[in-house]
Amino acid sequence: MVLSGPKKEVPAVAVRSVTCPGCGGAVTIRSFGSAVNVVCGSCHSVLDAQDPQVKILQKFKDAIRQNPLLPLGSRGKIRGILFEIIGFQHRQIEADGQVYGWGEYLLFNPYQGFRYLTEFSGHWNFIAPLRTLPQAHTPGAQSDRFYLGERYKHFQTATAKTTFVLGEFPWQVRVGETAEVTDYVSPPRVLSTEVSSDKEINWSMGEYITGTDIWQAFGLKDQPPPAVGVYENQPSPFGSQPRKIWRYCGLLLGLALLLWIFHLSTAHRQQVFSEAFVFDPAANEASFVTAPFEFEGASTVQVDTAASLHNQWIFINFALVNEETGKAYDFSREVSYYGGVDEGESWTEGSPRDSVTLPRIPAGKYFLRIEPDGDHTLGKIGYSVAVIHDVPNSTWFLIAAPLLLLPAIFTTWRSIGFEHRRWQESDHAPATSSSSSDGDDSE
Amino acid sequence: MTERTSNCPNCGAPVSFKWSSSVQTVCEYCKSILVRNDVDLQKVGQVADLPPDSSPIQMMTEGQYGTHSFVVAGRIIYEYDQGSWNEWHFVMNDGTDGWLSDAQDEYIVTFRANVTSGLPAEKDAKLGTVYQWNKVSYMVTSRTLAHYRGVEGELPFQYWDKTAVVFIDLKSDHGEFATLDYSDGDPVLYTGKAVDFDDLRLSNIRKFEGW
Repeated sequence: MVLSGPKKEVPAVAVRSVTCPGCGGAVTIRSFGSAVNVVCGSCHSVLDAQDPQVKILQKFKDAIRQNPLLPLGSRGKIRGILFEIIGFQHRQIEADGQVYGWGEYLLFNPYQGFRYLTEFSGHWNFIAPLRTLPQAHTPGAQSDRFYLGERYKHFQTATAKTTFVLGEFPWQVRVGETAEVTDYVSPPRVLSTEVSSDKEINWSMGEYITGTDIWQAFGLKDQPPPAVGVYENQPSPFGSQPRKIWRYCGLLLGLALLLWIFHLSTAHRQQVFSEAFVFDPAANEASFVTAPFEFEGASTVQVDTAASLHNQWIFINFALVNEETGKAYDFSREVSYYGGVDEGESWTEGSPRDSVTLPRIPAGKYFLRIEPDGDHTLGKIGYSVAVIHDVPNSTWFLIAAPLLLLPAIFTTWRSIGFEHRRWQESDHAPATSSSSSDGDDSE
Repeated sequence: MTERTSNCPNCGAPVSFKWSSSVQTVCEYCKSILVRNDVDLQKVGQVADLPPDSSPIQMMTEGQYGTHSFVVAGRIIYEYDQGSWNEWHFVMNDGTDGWLSDAQDEYIVTFRANVTSGLPAEKDAKLGTVYQWNKVSYMVTSRTLAHYRGVEGELPFQYWDKTAVVFIDLKSDHGEFATLDYSDGDPVLYTGKAVDFDDLRLSNIRKFEGW
């Protein structure tokens, strides 16, 4: 393309400084022609940066000076873009009779424009203006918003008042001006809308950032203030941990269940011994041994005892003895069964059957030594004993299942606690906690 | 694109048009506002000194929008109570033109929309009102009373004697942007979208001291 006319090189846009008509101090303007208002660093008058006479728009009075934590003029890279801190304002809201104040830092890059950093009790957010309107599925400021497929829950609507300003701003800024601000959160992000008068609705997107990251970005030597409490869009330290742990626990539980089912279905349940006996309590009977039986392979052993009893009991001392090594496994069982009719209602207590599972018994030839005992005043008792080899054992599963769930339940409980503390500061705080938070127990 | 060259009726300097549909231009030497008649150029006004400007964009800045490249051929500067902004008039390599607005380094590309019916009267377009054009729903997000502050370069219409202008900006929930321009009385609709500075891949931009 051919150009006619002068092909002059446009000089670089220069940084300028103006003289404050209030105190005569020099005021640097860092954002070139974008500055609309600039605040004198010495006398804190708000000046018209667009006016060649730099007329005073507002004089500083009765305001409480707030020192910015990040010095104006500092430069740092956030998300890969170099920014300079050019403005600072302190704003506050009142909720439940309490005043909450925060700092807002204005960041500038001559090509990329303006961003913000906000700080409340050591919690920081990096904020950029939003171009696309978030959607609301139901009308009303309190209804959730949707942005890029993500749901943002209404957190708080309040009137924010500017209480102190420093540096320069690409808009009209005054101490005392107010705007209606609403926050919707989906940690670590927060969607905010600001409505000032009836001229503008501004939407912005903030992302939680740690003070340490900011101090590092701006090369600050001291330490950032510690973050106190839980902030509205502070990412939960548990994050997606509960979900992960539940998934992990679920997986382990599933594996355990599979193992259990496998165990149940592959057990042989081989009856290796069964015999009926008669016990005469009056006969002062000594112990006796059974015929030997064999366990092929090491496994669990179930010993079933069934007795024909009525309002009677039998107590049996068992010993499962290895014929070759002589090693004995001792155990005793009591079988008792009572029943009757009381005031027209029949009742029973106990059971004529008993079953016990012995843990893993080595393979080999065994016999049982049986020593029954009973009420000497009562009659004979017929009973039978059966030995079943390789029965499924469910005890381990019943113990393991709740243990496996324990970390998941614990993490979920702590995560719920964190979320509870987050929402306690919102417009949607549970009624009980809002009344108690007014008491002495808070902070 | 053929360039047509004539001379400034005020100072005699050569004046060329980068875009055949340009109606108005400003002489780069004497800052006379020139309107193109059938053959001649007629001086209709004079541009006062432009306010200090901190846009990274300037005349002849080149960039990309979609699959097209463009070059900035002109601009209108507006002032309002929160500062000023530029509407850069660009010409694309397919011969069409559009606008790149730069308000505090927020960049929006718009094109004149082919919609003439269903545009609201200025006083009806209140904050929060929703309109639908070309199957897109837009909500009014700002109402701005602006003052014409100056012009530079080529424009697709005569624009030199305006004073107060009302702009109504609208946004969709899918990234579209619209402006209703009431500078001619009847509303004119421009639609487009917000763009990232980096996505415009601009060249021949201005430099800033210390950056």
